[in-house]
Amino acid sequence: MSALDIERRQFDTLVIGAGGGGLRAALQMSEAEANVAVVSKVFPTRSHTVAAQGGMNAALGNVMPDNWHWHMYDTVKGSDYLGDQDAIEYMCRAASHLVVELEHAGVPFSRLANGKIYQRAFGGQSRDFGGEQAARTCAAADRTGHAILHALYQQNIRAKTHFFDEYFAIDLLKDDDGYILGAVVLCIETGEPLIIEAKTTLLATGGVGQLFRTNTNARINTGDGIAMALRAGIPVQDMEFFQFHPTGIAGKGMLITEGVRGEGGYLVNKNGERFMERYAPHAKDLASRDVVSRAIAIEVREGRGCGPNADHVMLKLDHLGPEVIKKRLPGIRDMAMTFAHVDPIDTAIPVFPTAHYTMGGIPTNRYGQVVIPFEQSAEEAIPGLYAVGECACVSVHGANRLGGNSLLDIVVFGRAAGNHVIEYLKENRYHRPFNDSMAEEAMQRIGQWQKTGEGESVDSLRAELQKAMEHYCGVFRSKEVLTEGVEKVRTLVARVKDARLKDQSKIFNTARIEALELENLMGLGLATVECALAREESRGAHSRVDYPERDDERWMKHSLYHANGHIEYKPVRTKPMTVDSFPPKPRVY
Amino acid sequence: MRFLIHRYNPETDKKPRMQEYTLADINAGDMLLDALFQIKEEDDSLSFRRSCGEGVCGSDAMNINGRNGLACITPLNSLKEPIEVRPLPGLPIVRDLVVDMRPFYHQYRSVKPWLTVHDPEPETEYLQTPEQRDQLDGLYECILCGACSTACPSFWWNPDKFRGPAALLQSWRFLADSRDQATAERLEELEGAYRLFRCHSIMNCMDVCPKGLNPTKAIGNIKKMMLKHLV
Ligand SMILES: Cc1cc2nc3c(=O)[nH]c(=O)nc-3n(C[C@H](O)[C@H](O)[C@H](O)COP(=O)(O)OP(=O)(O)OC[C@H]3O[C@@H](n4cnc5c(N)ncnc54)[C@H](O)[C@@H]3O)c2cc1C
Ligand code: SF4
Ligand code: FES
Repeated sequence: MSALDIERRQFDTLVIGAGGGGLRAALQMSEAEANVAVVSKVFPTRSHTVAAQGGMNAALGNVMPDNWHWHMYDTVKGSDYLGDQDAIEYMCRAASHLVVELEHAGVPFSRLANGKIYQRAFGGQSRDFGGEQAARTCAAADRTGHAILHALYQQNIRAKTHFFDEYFAIDLLKDDDGYILGAVVLCIETGEPLIIEAKTTLLATGGVGQLFRTNTNARINTGDGIAMALRAGIPVQDMEFFQFHPTGIAGKGMLITEGVRGEGGYLVNKNGERFMERYAPHAKDLASRDVVSRAIAIEVREGRGCGPNADHVMLKLDHLGPEVIKKRLPGIRDMAMTFAHVDPIDTAIPVFPTAHYTMGGIPTNRYGQVVIPFEQSAEEAIPGLYAVGECACVSVHGANRLGGNSLLDIVVFGRAAGNHVIEYLKENRYHRPFNDSMAEEAMQRIGQWQKTGEGESVDSLRAELQKAMEHYCGVFRSKEVLTEGVEKVRTLVARVKDARLKDQSKIFNTARIEALELENLMGLGLATVECALAREESRGAHSRVDYPERDDERWMKHSLYHANGHIEYKPVRTKPMTVDSFPPKPRVY
Repeated sequence: MRFLIHRYNPETDKKPRMQEYTLADINAGDMLLDALFQIKEEDDSLSFRRSCGEGVCGSDAMNINGRNGLACITPLNSLKEPIEVRPLPGLPIVRDLVVDMRPFYHQYRSVKPWLTVHDPEPETEYLQTPEQRDQLDGLYECILCGACSTACPSFWWNPDKFRGPAALLQSWRFLADSRDQATAERLEELEGAYRLFRCHSIMNCMDVCPKGLNPTKAIGNIKKMMLKHLV
């Protein structure tokens, strides 16, 4: 099939991804009466935002005094000084307003006795720039993501956003002047390709948790948008920073929210010792995630793990009492009973660090515009292209994301990008000319999977990649291990062309979708190990046993990985919008 | 472990069939979804929806040994062999275990499932007491999996006219919300012989709901509210 025969549709603006980030952006644009198309490979409410549990940060100060500036300090510190401080200031200042907006949109937040939104403590939160624990996370029990995603979908139905449900985006359309003009997508139900032309395209495709064997992510989190950007010639930023959440259910990966520790739960080793007191005397179990994950890994490595194989630790919450657990953590209780076969009301939950969140992604500024280095400028915007949410790297999370900051990130920058698109549309009123050659590469990728005959299977390649990433690029890293990892992943990437699909049918062919996802995973797996090998320091989630210290002199910079393997670096935006910069300090909890 | 799985590919099959698979190497404590993944590894032509794998996204509702449920939270050891897996009943079949959910989503959208407030917005959150908020528990958690509506004979007969348990549960979710101000419009929209009143309290919905929600009760509450509204 040539690009000529493909059906074409035109919209003012295209959003790829219907998680919290995509839906918040779409709502902003639909309300401004732009003609918005939202493409999602699953029905919107099945996006992974639905799984977010613990809550969303904002210094509402409903439970105790709080201040956006303290939130900013915690976020900069949490990022291990790799976060961009203008974007962080913007986000923390906007947070309270955005939570109120969501509440008005219908989100059923839990409530305090005075009728205000309930807030709980989360890791890495402090009052007064590093003082006592704060309670900053706004929660709808332990189903906050579900509550937010459904409310945003509902508001989009009201605003008459146009949805393409179960369409898979393959690649971006780009013209010779470097403008992005939409995307080639595949209707999963019919198997037919479709070209969606748009004056702006916003990527909101989520993270790439499926890189790792044990992860807290959905099967659909394969980093498609990040890989699409990479193929369109955009370097991807900070991919070496992948967050391991301290408390996934051991061996299975389902997440047990940090909110459990926020409500007063704590970790113990096989001796029943509350070991976090040793690693983070002040914040204890509510230290930053990178700190807690490393502590658990060390406990297990030094033989203090629990269970017959001494391969996990226990998360104890029975002392909270059945009331609190049923009211504040009902989803966690279900999950523990279903997957760990324990009722946390009387038994601790076995947990272990689990791949969770993609700090890296598509480089953007605080308006959601995708930016790349060009001539003298470190950040030149690509006309017509935006990215928000977990696929983007603004970067508010730097080297380590604070819990509760991602739900915030997606709505803050979803809204900001929506506003910027509206401005862009005023100045770019007409569609730029489309020509068939723009869709050719995408069509070739589909064609590639139509080859028949004997070949490797997509499933086995994915499994090998996930095992390799876990083995070579986990919580602790070193030059030796990463060098092997790079070799291994390169050979896996090379083997993809020998893979074949047995199923060549058109209608709802999920095997074909998984093949296209595999290509995306492979490209991003390689980016991750290559950048991890290159970065010779320990910062946030990136922990090198051969370079145990943070090295601000050489490494306080973002990495940018190009599809051809070249890595360049750009400075951190240390200058906030209005307040003083937070200079790097040793990070203790 | 033996499985009988509904297969139908409209491109090649004249009619649906049940295909048998045997998995020698599967842990009985695993979930049905794990077994489907294993089967798909051998036979990549088997199609089904799935995403989260933990019962929160609502993708993989299907008919399991005659009962609707989510494959990802149904342990194999709770099922009698051979395990029969079919698509959700009552909706058009797209392929294998995949049904066309559009009629279901249409009914959901028809109840205008969004918070509606006519007063001007305050600059802070709307206040709601914990007791008022408690009224939403058991309602807002719906994951739109469709297990309930497709287990309901009234919905099978009138999928275009009867809103069905899932949509009505959501209607009640907003009627029960102390912040919502569209009570009269919502109730009016449900008048007539079909939209609400096709519910005959058969209660299949609450029986199958994987989230333990109770649409029958919500429907009863709407009916009660309607009566009160009339007088
Ligand atoms: C278990 C869990 C719990 C979490 N809890 C919290 C929490 O308590 N607080 C917090 O702040 N953060 C939390 N997070 C993180 C947070 O939920 C996510 O980072 C955030 O929801 C991501 O939102 P998003 O909109 O960027 O992407 P997603 O919600 O992942 O949405 C991605 C969208 O892109 C679409 N898509 C992807 N690829 C394609 C393609 N090729 N074609 C078409 N569509 C495509 C998908 O269909 C989907 O609609 C949690 C994460 C997990 C995994
Ligand atoms: S009420 Fe229960 S069964 Fe029905 S759609 Fe919602 S979650 Fe599924
Ligand atoms: S896969 Fe999400 S509910 Fe089963």
